[in-house]
Amino acid sequence: MANHRIARRNTVSVPGVAVPAPRALPLRTRAALAAGKLAAGASRRTGRGTGAVIGGRTALKLDPGALARLGQDRTVLLVTGTNGKTTTSLMLTRILSVLGSVAANSTGANMPDGLLAALTERPDAPYAVLEVDENYVPWVADRVRPAGIVLLNLSRDQLDRVGEVRSTERDLRAAVARLTDTFVVANCDDALVTSAAIEAADPLWVAAGTTWRDDSTACARCGQAVQRDEESWGCVCGLARPRPAWELRGRTLLTPEGTELPLDLQLPGRANAANAAIAVAAAARLGVQPKLATAQLRAITDVAGRYRQADVAGHQVRLLLAKNPAGWGETLPLVEGTRSVVIAVNSREADGRDMSWLWDVPFERLRGHTVVASGERATDLAVRLCYGDVPHRVEPDPLKAVAELEPGPVDLIANYTAFRTLTVRLNNG
Amino acid sequence: MGDESTIRLGLVLPDVLGTYSDSGNATVLAKRLEWRGVSAKIVPIPFSGDVPSSLDIYLIGGGEDDAQSLAAARLRANPGVQKAAEQGAVVLAVCAGFQVLGTSFTTSDGVKHAGLGLLDVSTVPGRRRAVGEVIVKVDDGYGGQPLSGFENHLGSTTVGSTGAPLGKVTRGIGNGDGSEGAVSGHVLATYLHGPVLARNPALADLLLEWAMGSPLPPLNVDEVTELRRERLAGNRFGRRRGA
Repeated sequence: MANHRIARRNTVSVPGVAVPAPRALPLRTRAALAAGKLAAGASRRTGRGTGAVIGGRTALKLDPGALARLGQDRTVLLVTGTNGKTTTSLMLTRILSVLGSVAANSTGANMPDGLLAALTERPDAPYAVLEVDENYVPWVADRVRPAGIVLLNLSRDQLDRVGEVRSTERDLRAAVARLTDTFVVANCDDALVTSAAIEAADPLWVAAGTTWRDDSTACARCGQAVQRDEESWGCVCGLARPRPAWELRGRTLLTPEGTELPLDLQLPGRANAANAAIAVAAAARLGVQPKLATAQLRAITDVAGRYRQADVAGHQVRLLLAKNPAGWGETLPLVEGTRSVVIAVNSREADGRDMSWLWDVPFERLRGHTVVASGERATDLAVRLCYGDVPHRVEPDPLKAVAELEPGPVDLIANYTAFRTLTVRLNNG
Repeated sequence: MGDESTIRLGLVLPDVLGTYSDSGNATVLAKRLEWRGVSAKIVPIPFSGDVPSSLDIYLIGGGEDDAQSLAAARLRANPGVQKAAEQGAVVLAVCAGFQVLGTSFTTSDGVKHAGLGLLDVSTVPGRRRAVGEVIVKVDDGYGGQPLSGFENHLGSTTVGSTGAPLGKVTRGIGNGDGSEGAVSGHVLATYLHGPVLARNPALADLLLEWAMGSPLPPLNVDEVTELRRERLAGNRFGRRRGA
């Protein structure tokens, strides 16, 4: 399908949920985007780059004002980071809807074509919440001049496809410095995020916590070892954790006024509490009372199919998505009690071809659960589980793997294309 | 500590050269010893600490471009790995680590950096990034089994007259001239991630035999055998893409 080829990475195809049709865009813009896509592909294939910049540049040449035109006269928030973009964008969309209608790329099509489609679909919405692929943020922000940027976290992701996270951080840093009228909501517990945001004209720091530190043990600015204790971090070069205005403590949010606000989310896990804290802080910056904001969040039970419960061959199955080591690190602790686990991993282009990342994930913590290795790269996972002393079975088909389990609740954790395939299969019954 | 029979595995600068999951090589070696009743201890050697020269095996991984020059400078100033290698310790270096062990490497900004000089190789930026699955036919003496791995590097490496490559690529790019990796004594280097020892148990056991000075009893892991069957066949999913 053309839609999915255009926004290959983050389009979750959920039948029944309309993907904004590119054909709603002006002909000139559509032609420009198609050309940009071609250029991006050529750049990737010849190994010159990730394609993001060249793709955007080509589209811009053919229709220079498309994104700027569609974004002007509204309050635009860009949401970016390695993990949590789709969830945080949904949270912000729900919260800002108390102020007025919101244009949003809620299916996760987070490259320029997806953003243009979302803005075109709701031309009169006074607000826009746009999830943006972290490598596209500089290009998008220079055109849209957003009211605010929400910067969640930065960590390694698909090194063979996206490139190294430190160059992403440097590009974000430069983009933030150029945006003199934009507020930046950023997680000050993430040292890479802090490095990217600290020169913002108007930063709003949220202590949202982090569990993944393997990409920021060496300082982003000088390369020296970052010193850490329980509460804070800092480097001899001067880069250090800024004082937060908002602070997440467990599942309670401490506001700048010192009010303790219980989040009471239906979505599980530490990472979602962090997403919520950042969303509430960003919305408060636009005038939404934190109490009202958190009330809006409690209605969210799934995000583009993630966290939803499905019945598979009589098993109650919870669907979880994890795409990179930091995401797996947040997801594995959700597997509690006697739950069985099916893990489905693929290595298609959108996942990254290199499976080495399996060795950055602490699968050891699954010892004691019934574990099935699944997906197109089930064997790679099985080897990892062997060396982690995690007893397991292997069944490449994840739904078959669930069906063969003893009765009881199951967590089915999949990476990007494995999850996409599962969603389609479950919706098709 | 102090137990003579424990094999000590040094994980060199994992905070700087830990980007490509090569620390899995330490896990693999430790488990393959443990499963044979030999005790093993993984010793992380952080960037800010001293580099001991007393360990049995040193593992150096891949990293980002800046990290690589920092690591080289650090290891030259604090030459524990070089001292250990002189005394016969085993060194496995991957990707950026491989380049660091050479006499020199030139980063993509055109700056030439001195390496540790443990291998007679030098590296310059290649024309395009080599990304994809690799298969290597190893030269005699390096475990006998073809190697499977995943490469992701811009560097193009020339093995000098006093050096020897690890083998020849039958798929993928490797050093750039058809050869792959380099070996000198008990110092062995490659571009292969995967991690390389997870996919290549014969190479893992070769390093362990070098460290212990005696052959090891065979050890069969069914999952690894199956993985090698998949990876060494013309696999569908890890095919080298155009990028």
